[in-house]
Amino acid sequence: MRTIAKEIIRKRVADTLVDINHRLGPSMISALEKAREEEKEGVAKAILDDLVENQSIAAEGVFPLCQDTGTVVVFAEIGNSLHLPFSLEETIDEAVRDAYNEGRLRKSMVGHPFNRENTKDNTPAILHTRIMPGDKLRLKIAVKGAGSENMSRVGILKPTDGQDGVVKCVVDTVNDAGGRPCPPIIVGVGLGGNLEKSALMAKEALFRDLEDESPDADIARLEKRLLDEINALDIGPMGVGGKKTCLAVKVNTFPMHMASLPVAVNIQCHAARHKEVVL
Amino acid sequence: MTRLSVPVQSSVLENLRAGDKVLVSGTLYSARDQAHSRLLKETELPFDFQGAAIYYVGPTPAKEGQIIGASGPTSSYRMDELAVPLMERGVKVMIGKGDRSESFRQAMVRHEAVYLLATGGAGALLASRIKERKLLLYEDLGPEAVYEMRVEDFPCFVAYDVHGGSIFKGGKQP
Repeated sequence: MRTIAKEIIRKRVADTLVDINHRLGPSMISALEKAREEEKEGVAKAILDDLVENQSIAAEGVFPLCQDTGTVVVFAEIGNSLHLPFSLEETIDEAVRDAYNEGRLRKSMVGHPFNRENTKDNTPAILHTRIMPGDKLRLKIAVKGAGSENMSRVGILKPTDGQDGVVKCVVDTVNDAGGRPCPPIIVGVGLGGNLEKSALMAKEALFRDLEDESPDADIARLEKRLLDEINALDIGPMGVGGKKTCLAVKVNTFPMHMASLPVAVNIQCHAARHKEVVL
Repeated sequence: MTRLSVPVQSSVLENLRAGDKVLVSGTLYSARDQAHSRLLKETELPFDFQGAAIYYVGPTPAKEGQIIGASGPTSSYRMDELAVPLMERGVKVMIGKGDRSESFRQAMVRHEAVYLLATGGAGALLASRIKERKLLLYEDLGPEAVYEMRVEDFPCFVAYDVHGGSIFKGGKQP
């Protein structure tokens, strides 16, 4: 049975956390550059200029992209013929500790809802695990800021609310958020399942490549419709108005109870920091 | 493009209009939620609020040889109620991101103050315009402590002006 040394996982995760806090993925950089070309004038264009310049300064590795270096979120797919004789949860927290201390990243996690005492090392990470066939460990790693997370929402609709109801729920969520989640945003939608399944799908949808579309033709059309309706809101970059409120909408689905239509909306700011590591 | 020196005289602010790009130079004081709550309870402070500029920022730690880490703005709406008593004590400029409440905006116009928008998430770019910083208060708050920062050509946009104008368009006000 295959195994992976704990230290290898710890180092790869820590390195990835430092890396994504300084460098956006190539599709995100090209989306920002493309948005800047389409936003022809005014403050909206000036803000997109700032964002393109910001990512190139951050990529030098000195300053992180954003001061909110986020909560660490990891989706782990563990192969069923892989043996890990240690706690994956602890290993990831050790990696977070290494990355946020040595990488000089901001520690934003507090331990208690009311006393708000900082945990001082940005732990714990939020880890979701799934057992899959094979002998690999696939880690989808993100750092998620609070500005956009605070504007996210779960709605449980009536089945007869249908597609129009879903569109209204998503567009209203974005409209209520206005410029506060740092647009241009990416919107992850979890459609179906139940309360927690919809929220998990919405988060995981944010890991999809900006260019891909749902393999389900109806859902692909829904993604396009949502993108168009959101971009008609004239929220624009940082809320100053403009065509580019949203760069992409990703909808993931799951079967649901005949009496429910859950919709979770997870908003991602323009500092979309995530990467996949396979060990 | 307008240049703005901080601390300011109110008369200068009359010329600013929502949407104007401004390059801010001078002294900014960092303060967020917790620091606002504490500042309001202080009877004596190591700095003067008259004409002062407050920046809503919680930076990443400085690396070796650096002055500060990434230093973009946080969402301003969380400070709406707490900012009003600071304006009563002389604060004239607030820098953050995002739309704010109608009651804040009315108070701001009454106190002839301005709210500036710094590009949210542009933490690396904005940090490069901070030239010095000194810890003033509340070290225990970590990234939320109050620092005095000297900035040069710190890029902002006028979000709310003293005449009631706003840069924000679509989306609901908080």
